[in-house]
Amino acid sequence: MRLEYFQLIDRIVRLDLAGRTIEVAATVPTESTIFEGHFPGYPLMPGVLLLEAMAQTSGWLIIGLTKFKRMPFLAAFRNAKLRSFVTPGQALELHASILHEGSGYTVTRCEIRVEGKVVSNAEISFRVVAFPTPDFRAAMERFAAVIAFPMEVLADG
Amino acid sequence: MMSSTFDAVANIIAETCDIPRDTIRPESHAINDLGIDSLDFLDIAFAIDKAFGIKMPLEQWTQEVNEGKAVTEQYFVLQNLCSRIDELVAAKGA
Repeated sequence: MRLEYFQLIDRIVRLDLAGRTIEVAATVPTESTIFEGHFPGYPLMPGVLLLEAMAQTSGWLIIGLTKFKRMPFLAAFRNAKLRSFVTPGQALELHASILHEGSGYTVTRCEIRVEGKVVSNAEISFRVVAFPTPDFRAAMERFAAVIAFPMEVLADG
Repeated sequence: MMSSTFDAVANIIAETCDIPRDTIRPESHAINDLGIDSLDFLDIAFAIDKAFGIKMPLEQWTQEVNEGKAVTEQYFVLQNLCSRIDELVAAKGA
């Protein structure tokens, strides 16, 4: 994670387009200015950033399913739960699956686990639209390499 | 339009948008009369797609309206919306 760059995930571990699931790894940094305020002397990963991590995880699944032709934009969270404190240095496993692919929108279900235990989960809706600009899409393709997006799965099916 | 379709859609709208059920009528326009915005309509679309096992072609409808090939009443007046839903359900079973 690079919190200051709003990069909330580190690496795509598995992307299954047929099963419409994704698994992502992310480690909470041990140091960040965010922890100076949240909270002084008691650093906790902000819940809103855990939600964003789930949105980014789901987003890469949607980008994979649309083969980089469409960009998901966060629209709504449903039943978002922050079940346990998440602290600096913890390794997160994020799992997302598709609940429904509508016309121009997609709904996912995502959860975050720490050592196998669910610490956060939500249903997330996205508007899914054509990339607004070619540069935007190119930037996402470059970033995909950074997080080990398995481009080879796009060739299947 | 099947009345059961209208009842299901009206119940979805009432629950999703917290609109009194008795104000939702077949001739109501979802946007102009009921004041449903695009984000709430996403939730409604999700609930309708799920309830009827269909995929409403919202992008196609939007494009038709934007290109002047259709007017919003064709898709957003509830009795018309329900007719579209009935057609999609019928097409699915065909």
